[in-house]
Amino acid sequence: MPLRIVVTAKQVIDPETPASAFRIDPQALQVLPPASVPPVVNGFDEQAIEAALQIKDAAPDTNVTVLSIGASFAMDVMKKPLAMGADELVLVQDDALVNSPDPSVAVHVLAAAIRKLGDVDLVLCGRQASDWDNAQVPLGLAEKLGLAVTTIAKRVAVENGIARIERVLPDGSETVEITLPALVTVSNELGQARYPTLRGIMAAGRKAPTIWSVADVGLDMSSLTPGLELVGLALPESGAACEFIEGEDDADAGRKLALKLREAKLV
Amino acid sequence: MADGQGILVIGELAGSELALVTREALSAARSLSGALGGEPVSLVIAGADLGDAPQQGISAGADTVYTVVSPVLEGTPPDAVVAVAERAAQVASPRYVIGSKTLLGRDVLPRVAFRLGTALAQDCATLEVDSQQRLVATRPVYGGSAIAKVACLQTPAVAALRPKSVEPLEPDASRIGEIKTLDIQLDDSVVKARVVDRTERPSEGIRLEDAKVVVSGGRGLGGPEGFEPLKDLASLIGGAVGASRAVCDAGWLPSSYQVGLTGKTVTPDLYIAVGISGASQHMAGCSSARAIVAINKDAGANIFKEARFGVVGDWQKVLPAFIDQLHELLQ
Ligand SMILES: Cc1cc2nc3c(=O)[nH]c(=O)nc-3n(C[C@H](O)[C@H](O)[C@H](O)COP(=O)(O)OP(=O)(O)OC[C@H]3O[C@@H](n4cnc5c(N)ncnc54)[C@H](O)[C@@H]3O)c2cc1C
Ligand SMILES: Nc1ncnc2c1ncn2[C@@H]1O[C@H](COP(=O)(O)O)[C@@H](O)[C@H]1O
Repeated sequence: MPLRIVVTAKQVIDPETPASAFRIDPQALQVLPPASVPPVVNGFDEQAIEAALQIKDAAPDTNVTVLSIGASFAMDVMKKPLAMGADELVLVQDDALVNSPDPSVAVHVLAAAIRKLGDVDLVLCGRQASDWDNAQVPLGLAEKLGLAVTTIAKRVAVENGIARIERVLPDGSETVEITLPALVTVSNELGQARYPTLRGIMAAGRKAPTIWSVADVGLDMSSLTPGLELVGLALPESGAACEFIEGEDDADAGRKLALKLREAKLV
Repeated sequence: MADGQGILVIGELAGSELALVTREALSAARSLSGALGGEPVSLVIAGADLGDAPQQGISAGADTVYTVVSPVLEGTPPDAVVAVAERAAQVASPRYVIGSKTLLGRDVLPRVAFRLGTALAQDCATLEVDSQQRLVATRPVYGGSAIAKVACLQTPAVAALRPKSVEPLEPDASRIGEIKTLDIQLDDSVVKARVVDRTERPSEGIRLEDAKVVVSGGRGLGGPEGFEPLKDLASLIGGAVGASRAVCDAGWLPSSYQVGLTGKTVTPDLYIAVGISGASQHMAGCSSARAIVAINKDAGANIFKEARFGVVGDWQKVLPAFIDQLHELLQ
């Protein structure tokens, strides 16, 4: 049986958006998407797609389906995984899927969509989404789907129905084995995801994403009770005012900095 | 589990001692208990060998300690710890469950929350009780570019406390508490993700997380050679070397050097950042430093917004003179 892999991918505000362009609406409790910076596929999710494509490189009959849920999508952005080499793109699009720090809604909708996709051997997710930095949806999804789970992979290989995962530890790494079906989250240590090739881009252009509503996956939003409520949103207070140390030239400034730190008893 | 009472802390071990993060969580739990008119604080700790940790839990603020000792818990596999924490929550029937956002907590707490049918407040810097006795947390979001305040709507509310955001209580050996064995059967079949190999590369010299001085370098150093003077500087002033993610992604240093949101959190007295732009995700790991000093050629770099002292210049010229002068001062 060929392997079926689902990769979850979230569309997020580009985390490289300069701090000066980062705006919030503290009344509406919303982060305002910067007008001039297009959204991106969450970086760790691109790495999860890369992990799936590496498995497909080794076993070309593997099916890689990319799944995303949200209120609205920038289609050219979301099609990038197809251009990288994924087989299918499924989008659950619904006005009710507003971005929120409560992971439970995303867990329920993603789980329902994965069930609808049928038998899945491996679900790959990013370690966290770079908007709310929750690192929760995958673990909730694993619980909901009854899948064994491990996190923060820098390598994922599948052989004879067993996933072999190299995990990043703060001071080293470990290898974990899980019998499929399983869910694994992927970290940036996996390495830069592949770039779409021209052929990939052309092929992606011919593929239409499957678009479902929440009702299509058999869910009723009103039955989903939120677990968390956002009650405040603010910009962090900016830190100390910087004292710039100047000198005749760079080297002189370096010397003066040393004297300054000594004076301030920091060294 | 609609009307919970008290606070349950999901504990962790450091060797056979109670982990510092758990003493911090117990301290947070005691404050919450105070705000709830003195509701009890319980602690669950699980491992292959607990040493003196249960007693330390009481000294650190727990009224009841639930213990689980089992060979299945060797290396604390998350699958087994989730089962223990879920069971402890059933037995203690708490209002709040508090754990720590550590390597283990990140894997365990979201699963525990989902099993209990609630959601987790992740990475909390502060925890408080509102007028409706809801648990309210503040937490950084968008890589630290914004601070969100979230209220937990369901019982039990589950929260992951960010390490080093609460001072632990002074251990009090005269505190009285009860140690109970948690009623749970664990066997190997609970562990679905099996660790088959582990390579620990303990850092040479001072651990980044404990260092009083950290000297960090970024992409601006241009390559791994750029870290040679940084290492000299670190050994001169008794510090540890850190790096930005850009440096680790480029393979100039292993990921164990990474400081930031998805790297290590450091809390030194002095953090020297060389050739680091100061992205919010980097600052998330070092903004609790007492003083940040930045060397960067771009006067507009974000790092200067959080630095106490800064030099706008090329590190290749600034750093050697800085190190020479320090040498002289420290003779
Ligand atoms: C979800 C998420 C998590 C992340 N987690 C982390 C994390 O944990 N840690 C982390 O660090 N990053 C993290 N990042 C990445 C972060 O957003 C930045 O991309 C990264 O920190 C940039 O690293 P840098 O400052 O070294 O590089 P750059 O941003 O490229 O900055 C290099 C700096 O060097 C200066 N420079 C260049 N040449 C010289 C010279 N000759 N002399 C002096 N200065 C010079 C430049 O002016 C510039 O400011 C994360 C990103 C995301 C999206
Ligand atoms: N709306 C979404 N659509 C698709 N995948 C998602 C969504 N939200 C979260 N995920 C997946 O879950 C991972 C962790 O997200 P989070 O728990 O929100 O930090 C992400 O990297 C994605 O892989």
